[in-house]
Amino acid sequence: MSAVRYLALVPVASVMLGPFFFNRVTPFLFGLPFLLSWMALSLAMTSVVMYVVYRFDPRNAPGYVEQGE
Amino acid sequence: MNIALILIFGTMLLALWLGVRAQRGKDMSLEQWTVAGRGFGAGLVFLLMAGEIYTTFVFLGGSGFAYGVGGPAYYMLGFGSLSFVLSYWILPPIWRFAKQHRLLSQPDFFAKKFNSPALGILVALVGVVALMPYLVLQLKGLGIIVSVASYSGLSSTQGVWIGAIVTVIYVMVSGVHGSAWTSVLKDFLVLAVAIFLGLYLPWHYYGGITPMFEAIELAKPGFLALPATGKSAVWMTSTVLLTTLGFYMWPHMFMASFTAKSEQSLRRNAYTLPIYQMMLLFVFFVGFAAVLQIPGLTGPDIDLALFKISIATFDPWVVGIIGAAGVLTAIVPGSMILMAVSTLLANNVYRAIRKSSDNAEADNRHIGRMAKLAAPLVMLVGLWFTLQGGQTIVSLLLMAYSLVTQLFPALLASIMPSRPVSKAGAIVGILVGEATVAILSVTKMTISDLIPFIPDFLKDTNVGVVALTLNVIAMLLVTAVTRSGAKQDRRQLQADSIA
Repeated sequence: MSAVRYLALVPVASVMLGPFFFNRVTPFLFGLPFLLSWMALSLAMTSVVMYVVYRFDPRNAPGYVEQGE
Repeated sequence: MNIALILIFGTMLLALWLGVRAQRGKDMSLEQWTVAGRGFGAGLVFLLMAGEIYTTFVFLGGSGFAYGVGGPAYYMLGFGSLSFVLSYWILPPIWRFAKQHRLLSQPDFFAKKFNSPALGILVALVGVVALMPYLVLQLKGLGIIVSVASYSGLSSTQGVWIGAIVTVIYVMVSGVHGSAWTSVLKDFLVLAVAIFLGLYLPWHYYGGITPMFEAIELAKPGFLALPATGKSAVWMTSTVLLTTLGFYMWPHMFMASFTAKSEQSLRRNAYTLPIYQMMLLFVFFVGFAAVLQIPGLTGPDIDLALFKISIATFDPWVVGIIGAAGVLTAIVPGSMILMAVSTLLANNVYRAIRKSSDNAEADNRHIGRMAKLAAPLVMLVGLWFTLQGGQTIVSLLLMAYSLVTQLFPALLASIMPSRPVSKAGAIVGILVGEATVAILSVTKMTISDLIPFIPDFLKDTNVGVVALTLNVIAMLLVTAVTRSGAKQDRRQLQADSIA
């Protein structure tokens, strides 16, 4: 599996650091309090990132046979 | 009997009917009853796991928490993101090992991995203890829904009893098939209700979502962010950490991953499930809409926020539909929890201490019967705790998480190729973690009582994380001491897999 998997660290950083750096109500982002917006965007991004990871993981290719542990 | 109650009871009957139907034509061995013969594709596994997320915890607890504490409720979005990231890597090896050894449950997994029946029993007991508050919060939700929707015609206690009886019948007739199919109905209804309420209530009372947030910020400045102390940023991130690591440690979630047909279907869920979590936003909107409209709910009553504002806004038949969705969010996960506890007790505690006969087939049938018999007894214990009352839904859940997450370090060690932890290390680590949680919750000690020299900003760390840290330290220390023992285990395991 390639370096693509390290992309998964992006949502981790976003969720774990966001509350420290973006703990504020204003400015409203997409009409929502800033921190809420940040957390919701992180959630959407998680889905995108995990889709990319899934696509680039050879273990998910059709017809892939497990090589054992 | 008003129209709201008729709709709610009708939904209960419909759920029962679906459960009975799903079971027809299947020979219900213990493997069928609990893991559906490992035949579920991504779709159904998705529903079981998503169904797990859409519980009373989210519907009433999530809106109530947003209403009661504001910004800290956002932590739910955080663990919604990260538990699925984690699942991508930890579920496939769990699934593979479970399939290879035809395992039925989480304690089987630990017992086999560490070659220790004692660890299996310990893990089963941890699961049972941690699941009780989880079951209690579903029952609490049922009580709230039935009593509020009856416009106080029925008491919350009566509601709890009715819900409990329906859940027990449901579990006894259908097992996991019932849960999966009713999940379809439940998720559809809950999604529709949550989105509708989340959009309609802010629009109805404030003219939109942004005006609602502006009004709240004006009335209660800072409520929509995290406070500087208490449920601060440190609290939020440590709680996200705790719940992320614990999410798949739930015995029933662990078991739900066994129902998958392939590991690809488990990995696919890592990108589909986060989207499903977006529903939380609408649930928060409902809670926030209630902040200025239904002020004054405090303590455990914050869980009433969603229903109080619904009753203030809608006709009884709409309240009935909302109540029906709420009933399903409690019965479906409640049935999975109940099934998990019963199976743990029968299969992993009772079987482990009972002498097995020569006839394995008869043994399995006997254990299967015991699991079904355990269900009503477990429910009675749950009822007893529920009627004691006192805590909010979210605080119940966080306590349960503190307990169950203690299994994570040993699990992680067991799926690492280097197997860095010994049997004794795993057992002692879990015991230390659980003991810490128990002492902290019984004595109500805070972090600064425990570690007086801790820097101020770390004081709001979730106590579950403190217990987790001690757990890991104990696990590694004991492993270091018993290192030679671990090597022996590994040789044993290799010998087993060759044979």
